[in-house]
Amino acid sequence: MPAHLSARLCTLALSLFLIAFALPAFAGPFEDAVAKFANDDFSDTEEAIGVVASSGNKLAFPIISALQDGRLMADSDSKKVYVTGADGKSIDAATGEAVAAVPDSASAVRLNNRLRRSVDAAIGSLTLQSPDVGTRLQAAQSVFKSHEETALEAVDAALAKETNRSVKTALGEARAAILLFKSDASEVEKLEAVATLKARGDQDALALLTGMGDQPASVTKAAASAIGSIQSSLAVWSMVQNAWYGLSLGSVLLLAAIGLAITFGVMGVINMAHGEMVMIGAYTTFVVQEVIRTRYPGLFDYSLLIAVPLAFLVAGAIGVLIERSIIRFLYGRPLETLLATWGLSLVLQQAVRTMFGPTNREVGNPSWMSGAFELGQITITYNRLWILCFTLAVFAILLAMLRYTALGLEMRAVTQNRRMAASMGIATSRVDALTFGLGSGIAGIAGVALSQIDNVSPNLGQSYIIDSFMVVVFGGVGNLWGTLVGAFTLGIANKFLEPVAGAVLGKIAILVLIILFIQKRPRGLFALKGRAVEA
Amino acid sequence: MFRKSTHDIAASLSRRGVLAATAGLVLGLASLTGAKAADDTIKVGVLHSLSGTMAISETTLKDTILFLIDEQNKKGGVLGKKLEAVVVDPASNWPLFAEKARELITKDKVSVVFGCWTSVSRKSVLPVFKELNNILFYPVQYEGEESERNVFYTGAAPNQQAIPAVDYLMKEEKVKRWVLAGTDYVYPRTTNKILEAYLKSKGVAQEDIMINYTPFGHSDWQTIVADIKKFGSAGKKTAVVSTINGDANVPFYKELGNQGIKAKDIPVVAFSVGEEELAGIDTKPLVGHLAAWNYFESIKTKDGSNEKFIKDWQAYTKNPKRVTNDPMEAHVIGFNMWVKAVEKVKSTDPDKVIDALPGIEAPNLTGGVSKMLPNHHITKPVFIGEIKANGQFDVVWKTPGLVAGDAWSKELEGSKDLIGDWVGKKCGNFNTKTNKCLGSGS
Repeated sequence: MPAHLSARLCTLALSLFLIAFALPAFAGPFEDAVAKFANDDFSDTEEAIGVVASSGNKLAFPIISALQDGRLMADSDSKKVYVTGADGKSIDAATGEAVAAVPDSASAVRLNNRLRRSVDAAIGSLTLQSPDVGTRLQAAQSVFKSHEETALEAVDAALAKETNRSVKTALGEARAAILLFKSDASEVEKLEAVATLKARGDQDALALLTGMGDQPASVTKAAASAIGSIQSSLAVWSMVQNAWYGLSLGSVLLLAAIGLAITFGVMGVINMAHGEMVMIGAYTTFVVQEVIRTRYPGLFDYSLLIAVPLAFLVAGAIGVLIERSIIRFLYGRPLETLLATWGLSLVLQQAVRTMFGPTNREVGNPSWMSGAFELGQITITYNRLWILCFTLAVFAILLAMLRYTALGLEMRAVTQNRRMAASMGIATSRVDALTFGLGSGIAGIAGVALSQIDNVSPNLGQSYIIDSFMVVVFGGVGNLWGTLVGAFTLGIANKFLEPVAGAVLGKIAILVLIILFIQKRPRGLFALKGRAVEA
Repeated sequence: MFRKSTHDIAASLSRRGVLAATAGLVLGLASLTGAKAADDTIKVGVLHSLSGTMAISETTLKDTILFLIDEQNKKGGVLGKKLEAVVVDPASNWPLFAEKARELITKDKVSVVFGCWTSVSRKSVLPVFKELNNILFYPVQYEGEESERNVFYTGAAPNQQAIPAVDYLMKEEKVKRWVLAGTDYVYPRTTNKILEAYLKSKGVAQEDIMINYTPFGHSDWQTIVADIKKFGSAGKKTAVVSTINGDANVPFYKELGNQGIKAKDIPVVAFSVGEEELAGIDTKPLVGHLAAWNYFESIKTKDGSNEKFIKDWQAYTKNPKRVTNDPMEAHVIGFNMWVKAVEKVKSTDPDKVIDALPGIEAPNLTGGVSKMLPNHHITKPVFIGEIKANGQFDVVWKTPGLVAGDAWSKELEGSKDLIGDWVGKKCGNFNTKTNKCLGSGS
């Protein structure tokens, strides 16, 4: 029956043809793996990442990097997966063909931390030979972190071609990390790996060396000596780190206390509402950022620069108002001043709570205030560094103002001898108001900086008031230099005590030390001498 | 202090409401044999700080109760009477909590109180509730080790939050080394004691556990974050279990972000950070860090109950961005349980309601039904959520069913034989080994 036979042959040929045609599109392991992204199951996604990354398919990199950025969309009903590009165009992840639009039912493939690590490792091994130096360096670092055996070939291939020195070092370290954990690597290779990691000498290297498990005796011995030398160098660095943290804490203390050094230190007003001036400065920053966010989003990086003068004016104006309406009636009556300003602090807190709500307000960090850089083996965060610089600048300006301007001269005259100054024709009550305004304004500026590292909530000021008094009293009332030295001494002492005693005990220890110190020197580090003391 | 009457009764009664109210009133009168004539409202006390440090968290809970009362009154109230909220402000001042509680019960004659956040405020009001025999619904996750006749705990006990979270990290993230970081007060200290005992029972060595306490409102996290980084570089997968409370969280997460500690390197799982706390932070650097709760705003329910609750809540507060959180859900469950119990015994008499509450079931907002247990804790599901860039959580894991709250931890030497049972044994700390009730003396 030739007709029948030919019909069967024809069917066979047709189905073979269909299979051959359909195979790359629907049935290959790559396409199967891609479809797994649509299952919304973490272990399926992990499997898919592994298969796609090692497939050698040119779509692997676009798919995995889309997954990393949340641009990989999957439709769980049709099992279709799409890559949406940054330009808004989309392709079918399995075939690479452009699609007009991703259906609404598709949602971004979800990741958890385990998957994020797999994605990083996959991207690392896929971009080892990228034309961009930065990408290659990052790739080498991710491979170092994940140190999976499967990446060894890719690392060797990249190492052979690499010309950039720092990328070459990073690749060498990645190779060492892999070899250290590879069970069938030779002893010589492992010894070399240990030496490479010893040269790297940071915490990551230490982590690898301590966690490497069973090794030949010679390797264990070499690793032990490498661990010893890394640890001793890290111990030195940790002292440097403590000193830096101390400087940074000191700068925050100084910034918070510097306004108080004027109102309390120079004028002698026990100002319990000082913290609230700091808070008002922080809320000014919030308002400035809100306006910028809604009206001029491009200016966001300058928001702090705009907020500084505004915070000074707002807090300073409120300070003048407080002095004129309350404090001027209470000069020479410290107890009443204390109670009145404390009551005032509660009023201001509740007023802010009513206006802005009790919850924290989000104050963003401009790009130049976020992140960190490595200096040797310590991490220096930009926000702390800028706050240190800013504090020193504020201090220098204030000092110059007191010394070289007419207002500064009048202020010093009034605080040193009020009656004599009045006889010389200085309007003492005007100077009082301006001095209090200046102290409050500087507290407001401090609020701008503190909004970058702390909560912007109605309670912001409360947490700084005790510390501020501590600094001013310790440094010596009435002496700006004393406040500077006092703040940095307390900051550094605190940060060297904290690793030993813990944060709670460290703080208690500092308070006890200050009490003892004040017993010995009631006037603080830098006591004022002469007639001003008796005034 | 201020008071707020939630409703003008005469103005808002619908016709159906009048009918239901009359019917309920008749029933209510019938049940009050010989009692004094019924007032026209049932008073509900709200004891949450509206000023001071805790106002940040507690103000929302006050609003929640007002919202629930409003909703209930729209349905005709309870036993045919309208509910009336009596709001007082204990101002984050622990002794003032006791004073205000006394005032609510003796002067305002409330039938039930919803309130407290911190454990110390709860401990401060306990003697008042015992002495005056009233009911307190406590909505916050806490350290356990307590079961009182007058208190109903609708927040999570440690076995409904901390232990499942640690299990998740062990299983899913293969964590081998643990940093237990907390604020220095009773909740973190007890929880960490329980966790330490639990981790050791799972074979974790002492040197793989680092415990760290910081004062309230701690803002300089540089040293501690650097220590965590160092502790995490011992070649074993490390995670931080955080019982850091309140305001200190924001600078902590900021420092983590700035020092470049990513969730994929060292994940942090927090027990006190929810949608409300994240509202004050830029969450982009925090993506992937975890929180364990019994409720997340982002949870989708089949019957749409969570979605409806969020919609109604945002409409009530007239703020389309207002978030919901776990302690709010606890108040929702507690409030509905109280309403059911009152309707069951047709009385607001505390003794009757206390006896009726165990066994009462009320739907939670995640699609399940929670039940009040004899130890005055409830059954809850446990979710692990990952922080997303928009300040919400993505649920990555949940317990298969509801977990029953343990009043007494099974991990601690002193409490593993104790149970709370106010139905059979009439005792909050019954020792199952010696078959004795320890009583209130211990």
